[in-house]
Amino acid sequence: MSDISPPHFRAATEEPPLARWALIGIAALGLAVLVFAPLIVVFAEALAKGWLAAVKSLGNRDALSAIRLTLTIAAIAVPLNAAFGIAAAWFITKFDFRGKAFLITLIDLPFSVSPVVAGLCIVLMFGANSWMGGWLVANGYPIVFALPGIALATMFVTFPFVARELIPVMIEQGRAEEEAALTLGASGWRIFRTVTLPNIRWALLYGVLLCNARAMGEFGAVAVVSGKIRGQTATMPITIEMMYNEYLSVAAFSLAAVLTALALITLLLKALLEHRHAGDLAAARRH
Amino acid sequence: MGRRPLIHRSPMPGLGLSMGITLTMLSIVVLLPIGALLLRGAVFGLDGIWDTVNRERVWKALFLSFRLSLFAAVFNLVFGVLLAWVLVRYRFPGRRLLDAAVDLPFALPTAVAGIALTALYAPNGVFGALAKEVGWKIAYSQWGIFLALVFVGLPFVTRTVQPVVEEIEREVEEASATLGAGRLHTMAHVILPMLTPAALTGFALSLARAVGEYGSVIFIAGNIPLLTEIAPLLIVIRLEEFKYDEAAAIGIAMLAISFAMLLAINLIQIWSRRRIGHV
Repeated sequence: MSDISPPHFRAATEEPPLARWALIGIAALGLAVLVFAPLIVVFAEALAKGWLAAVKSLGNRDALSAIRLTLTIAAIAVPLNAAFGIAAAWFITKFDFRGKAFLITLIDLPFSVSPVVAGLCIVLMFGANSWMGGWLVANGYPIVFALPGIALATMFVTFPFVARELIPVMIEQGRAEEEAALTLGASGWRIFRTVTLPNIRWALLYGVLLCNARAMGEFGAVAVVSGKIRGQTATMPITIEMMYNEYLSVAAFSLAAVLTALALITLLLKALLEHRHAGDLAAARRH
Repeated sequence: MGRRPLIHRSPMPGLGLSMGITLTMLSIVVLLPIGALLLRGAVFGLDGIWDTVNRERVWKALFLSFRLSLFAAVFNLVFGVLLAWVLVRYRFPGRRLLDAAVDLPFALPTAVAGIALTALYAPNGVFGALAKEVGWKIAYSQWGIFLALVFVGLPFVTRTVQPVVEEIEREVEEASATLGAGRLHTMAHVILPMLTPAALTGFALSLARAVGEYGSVIFIAGNIPLLTEIAPLLIVIRLEEFKYDEAAAIGIAMLAISFAMLLAINLIQIWSRRRIGHV
């Protein structure tokens, strides 16, 4: 087929080239200043005194214990929230009941609560001066200023991630496949494992990925409940704050660079999932 | 006609288990803690809450958080729509990189964003030094807070508007052009109205996020009472002084603001569905 349009023809649904390049320029400049520059500066500051200083600061006792604590918290919070997300999505999409919209609103609630207020809520619920917290402390199970409180605060702020990804996907897929398996006599657990899970696995992975990124990076909620005890309740973001305030710039930015690398890996995997499994995630994306 | 049953009978297995896990975890992690906050506020009383909020340092902090969040959300509204348009409609080298970069504020921990922005925009930072030349102080002023709030709210509008731009049918634009409208006219009267509902949803999300933001702000703000002290920081300060009642009072005031915005999001969505018919 020959091209019949004149050489410099511009479709009526396109902007003039000058306007187009101006808009692209603004977009690129804006992202360069707002996103790329901070990204670069993290690594530049971490390496300000050379690789050796950066790596050495990561071997510091406080840094190591912070990394260990952050991994522990994520290992607790993410699987629990994933289990919740699966259960909530199953309950919401496989059954009909009154108040469903309200339940979804409640699940989404943590997204509209400030992380600091979330931490405050945990302190008021489980702190030593509340009746429940007082009882728990008296029996040797402190929640606030200890690991369980940090895990709870992290779970609060990351609570909706998995459920939010799964619910739209499972609504779109409907119940027919599960009902067919049911008539064939499959048990509930077997239906979930062999019918539902293969359909939702990419959406589940996507939700877990986002949940994990937020769990490892959470600062506001954790800052309130952690008590910031060095070597015990200081997560990576909290340790970054403490080092930064002590003018340990290289140490703070080295630890920050580790979290930034994690964020970049998360984005890479996210882009990969969106590219490879667009269909399986489509329902969630349209939301 | 009988009343609709609370739960319809269904042969689907796992009702008890999934309902049990859902409601138990929701209660322990979210509802009971929020209940504890509200209870504390109820015991403290409306007078107590009002006395706490009605102090200059507190209302100035609340007002600051709200005002700068609004400015940041407006900036993100304009920039986000532009970004969505550029990323969907134009093909240019580096487009995918820009597209991926939009999500970074979602993935980057707020404390990291905070110290990175401060390092850049402090008077001895790369951009801060440039700004200082013209007498513009960014970090440790309200500009710094604005910048941090723009950063954390950046992805919302772009990500809500992008799918709508993708769905716009070219025929609509062609019709507009056929009827003699210039490109600018088509943009203003045909395309932008179609994007408005989604853009407003993104705007509200970005606003809600900014009002509660803490981590990225406290490093760059300078945290001077009455001037650059945000409401969440004041809660942290009150907690460190063991003034739990006052912290709860400020927390409840912030929750009230957040809920008002959640309501606004829902109203916007209802309105947009009525107006556009889909989305």
